[in-house]
Amino acid sequence: MLPDFNQTVPIDQIGVEERVARFRTRSIKKESKLFALKLALRMVDLTTLEGMDSPGKVRQLCYKALYPHKIDPDIPRVAAICVYPNRVRLAVEILKGSGIHVASVATSFPSGMGTMESRIDEVKYAVDEGADEIDMVISRWAFLKGDYSYVFDEIAMIKEACGPAHLKVILETGELETYENVRKASDIAMYAGADFIKTSTGKISPAATMPVTLVMLYAIRDYYLKTGNKIGMKPAGGIRDAKTALHYLAMVKETLGADWLDPDLFRFGASSLANDLLMQIIKQKTGHYQSPDYFSIG
Amino acid sequence: MSNRLNVLKTCKLYIGGKFSRSESEHYFQAFDKKQKLLANLCRASRKDLRNAIQAARKVQADWGGRTAYNRGQILYRMAEMMEGRRDQFIAELECAAVSRRRAENETDAAIDRLVHYAGWTDKYSALFSSVNPVASPHFNFSIPEPTGVVGIAAPDDYPLVGLISLIAPVIAGGNTCVVLSSEKYGSVACTLAEVIHSSDVPGGVVNVLTGFRADLVPPLATHMDVNAVLSAADDPEQKKNIQENAHINVKRVHLYDGTDWMKDESQSPYYIMDFQEIKTTWHPVGT
Amino acid sequence: MSEKEVITRQSLRFDELWTYDPAPESPDYVKIEEQYNLFIDGKFQEPASGRYFETINPANEKLLSRVARADKSDLDMAVAAARKAYDGIWSRMPAKERGKYIYRIARLLQERAREFAILESMDTGKPIRESRDIDIPIVIAHFFYYAGWADKLKYAFPGVDPRPLGVAGQIIPWNFPLLMAAWKIAPALATGNTVVIKPASSTPLTLLRLGELIRDAGLPAGVVNIVTGPGEIGSAIANHPGIDKIAFTGSTEIGRTIQEASLRTGKKYTLELGGKAANIVFDDAPVEEAVEGIVNGIFFNQGHVCCAGSRLLVQEGVADELVHKLKMRMETLILGDPLDKNTDIGAINSKGQLDSILGYLTEGVDNGQQIYQTKCELPEKGYWCRPTLVENVSQSHRIVQEEVFGPVLTIQTFRTPAEAVSLANNSPYGLSGGVWTDKGSKIFKVGKGIRAGVIWANTFNKFDPTSPFGGYKESGMGREGGIHGLLPYLELS
Repeated sequence: MLPDFNQTVPIDQIGVEERVARFRTRSIKKESKLFALKLALRMVDLTTLEGMDSPGKVRQLCYKALYPHKIDPDIPRVAAICVYPNRVRLAVEILKGSGIHVASVATSFPSGMGTMESRIDEVKYAVDEGADEIDMVISRWAFLKGDYSYVFDEIAMIKEACGPAHLKVILETGELETYENVRKASDIAMYAGADFIKTSTGKISPAATMPVTLVMLYAIRDYYLKTGNKIGMKPAGGIRDAKTALHYLAMVKETLGADWLDPDLFRFGASSLANDLLMQIIKQKTGHYQSPDYFSIG
Repeated sequence: MSNRLNVLKTCKLYIGGKFSRSESEHYFQAFDKKQKLLANLCRASRKDLRNAIQAARKVQADWGGRTAYNRGQILYRMAEMMEGRRDQFIAELECAAVSRRRAENETDAAIDRLVHYAGWTDKYSALFSSVNPVASPHFNFSIPEPTGVVGIAAPDDYPLVGLISLIAPVIAGGNTCVVLSSEKYGSVACTLAEVIHSSDVPGGVVNVLTGFRADLVPPLATHMDVNAVLSAADDPEQKKNIQENAHINVKRVHLYDGTDWMKDESQSPYYIMDFQEIKTTWHPVGT
Repeated sequence: MSEKEVITRQSLRFDELWTYDPAPESPDYVKIEEQYNLFIDGKFQEPASGRYFETINPANEKLLSRVARADKSDLDMAVAAARKAYDGIWSRMPAKERGKYIYRIARLLQERAREFAILESMDTGKPIRESRDIDIPIVIAHFFYYAGWADKLKYAFPGVDPRPLGVAGQIIPWNFPLLMAAWKIAPALATGNTVVIKPASSTPLTLLRLGELIRDAGLPAGVVNIVTGPGEIGSAIANHPGIDKIAFTGSTEIGRTIQEASLRTGKKYTLELGGKAANIVFDDAPVEEAVEGIVNGIFFNQGHVCCAGSRLLVQEGVADELVHKLKMRMETLILGDPLDKNTDIGAINSKGQLDSILGYLTEGVDNGQQIYQTKCELPEKGYWCRPTLVENVSQSHRIVQEEVFGPVLTIQTFRTPAEAVSLANNSPYGLSGGVWTDKGSKIFKVGKGIRAGVIWANTFNKFDPTSPFGGYKESGMGREGGIHGLLPYLELS
């Protein structure tokens, strides 16, 4: 049974932000830190989404995904590479057999302002090229004017176009502004068929924040409590350092529990985060603070 | 001189907006300043006190919840009614206690005092409220609210202006009260009760008991449904009784000693604030 | 089956796969003396009796230090020193100079905040997160706030000329030892009074360290005097003829005796006493934040909080969902070493307090109440109580009426706003109350209806030096904090 999306789930902004402040006081040390750093690295969607993404740049990023660090073979790989549709084929070729997923943004990323036909075609193209994850954007204009069924229907149509590929629905929370909007968009996305809900394109500031992510985790939790289905979460953009990533993980652990501490249900959309995680992992292992000079850029 | 037999006044207790005799049917005699019998007054019992407190409690939320404007109008109405009975008050004061001139002065001061507090009802809150700049994203404000039910022991000097000076700030602030009148000048209190009765003050807001304060102060001080006690009665034993018993339900206690109620300095919003509680409310500021 | 019933069927696994390693603050950061003397007239002095009592760490039952046991003659000396300082220096000093001394205390505290936080957690058992992020920062803020009032008192109360009272006697509880001391010392000094203060016998260490800091700040001798000792010293303060004003924070039971003594001896007094606050959650509330507010309301400082939201009143339509989410949230609370930065629930302050809390729970079981506790393990040493919910309670049960002062929340349901308000007010206490609803007009209506001195709407257990705090009814009288917090230390004329 579908909820009435015209009903608003009340959320208190300050309460959410205070809860997040508590997660930020979690002090993660020693073995638990190493475990979390590795887990976070396994959750990274290594991303490049620029107009200047040449094949060479994407190739470089894929190699980084395959060989994250020169000396330590114990270091895990990231979850996925995230690129534009016209670079999917290249990424798939390089990453074949590695277990690293290839995700592609589609649906007139980042604005979503294309025609429905062109957006669906773009999804089909990306899937045909070999992407097994599609990151779509919702029509924020429709959401903000209150046309929730438009948003619901577009997600349902895109989901259908995805076929076997997993669908991540980008809400672009920076444009929705309020947590109540974020919650409502999350609910619409999940009920319309999203496998993951994702905060941001990375093109709008603010991108992912912990409070926005917490609101979405609450939505995922309610959806699970009601339906028994587990939806994934992907904060994207703005998460640059390992310490922040660990606080996100503490938030996931204490909100949704151990089941979501898994790349199948939680991802970080990021580019520079991976190297900071690597540096921290090496620091934990060697005891020495690290320099970026020793870590390959993506 | 007419040989018409004059009609004597019957003084009753004033409880819950009704005039009634003491349930005990006890009475006592009040004398004028020449020791001539003035009136028979009801001698309120502990049960009368209990009934009066119940009546005060019953209407407190309504009275405290009225608009400040409305309370101000009602207090001003009281002043109007007193002005209409000015001559009666002067005559009663003169007969019972003081010189003509003093009686006039006291009556005028009492009426003016009432007007003074009528004007405060919608102003003290603005003076003693605050919006507090807390160091977090919250809107935080503090406002005075009435303490509740107040027991008042009236002074023997200044039978009228003393009485008004105690009652007016208490009810201006939204409290209800039970007044133990002066033993000597109970008849003045009775006449004041008639004024209150005829001036839109809801029944139960002011309850007036005549009788012996020594009978009534101990059960008042120990009554668990009285929030505050105010005494201006010059009786060390009774004050001691209040001091020793008020703590059983943490009553607020105010003892006014030796105040010259005729003076303008004996009125201020701080008398209202003696029977106010400060309530602070927090709310997040967000979207 | 309605949607709301379905929501409680699924559960989550919180304590698996990844748990946080210990992250303790180092107790070695703080040097604790073997023995502490009384702080009188600017000097630490041995007690007349030569006797000392022990203060322990309730988290491991280890001895922390031995503290002087004051008797009446020590108190007389302290009062005399305070009187002399009042007459000779403090009441004559230009107000702005007084203010600067208080600013200096605030700054010195800021510099040594970590040390005070660790010591507070060791002596009380409260989590370091709270002493570090809440207690000590608010202590500092309080001194800063009242320092600024010292030379502005004539603007505080219209139409009158405020004057100090003289010597203030102050009695402090064990739940927020330094914070309650700051709430009392800061306004007393700002208004020009001098102080004789007594900490609770189980938690004297941070106040004694504040005494050292005050001495180091160069405050004139005798302006602040600290007497440590048993409860009788508190009673002696309340009865002392040389003291003009009493400020007491503690139980209503003791508060009554303090009021009686103050009235009898003609002192001004303020009382911050017990509470049994209702935390009212309506069905249109932001549920997740309400859960968080409930947790902060009752499990903050192990529930050793006079304004704790110890009675949850939840509207029937949202009760199942709310309680289910509350239980999930409680599973994530980390109980243990107070010095661990991840600890949410520390130790119960004393053996006596633990026994008292457990007594309520035992009685609850006997009365057919349904008791829910989280599954966390308890350390072997020390005094501990798991976060606890008590359902199936009636308004007449002792656990609903009395202040348990522990991490124990009772749950009752209601149907309408009027019913919620009448349940909330059905108590001799009136310190605080909580209201959770998305509807603004309902907040004002219900907030006005609750007879209590602090209303937290869509939040709970927030404190700030600018914000007046104090009770209605048997929760006390007078306010601490804000402009209203000056009044108890001033004579107006």
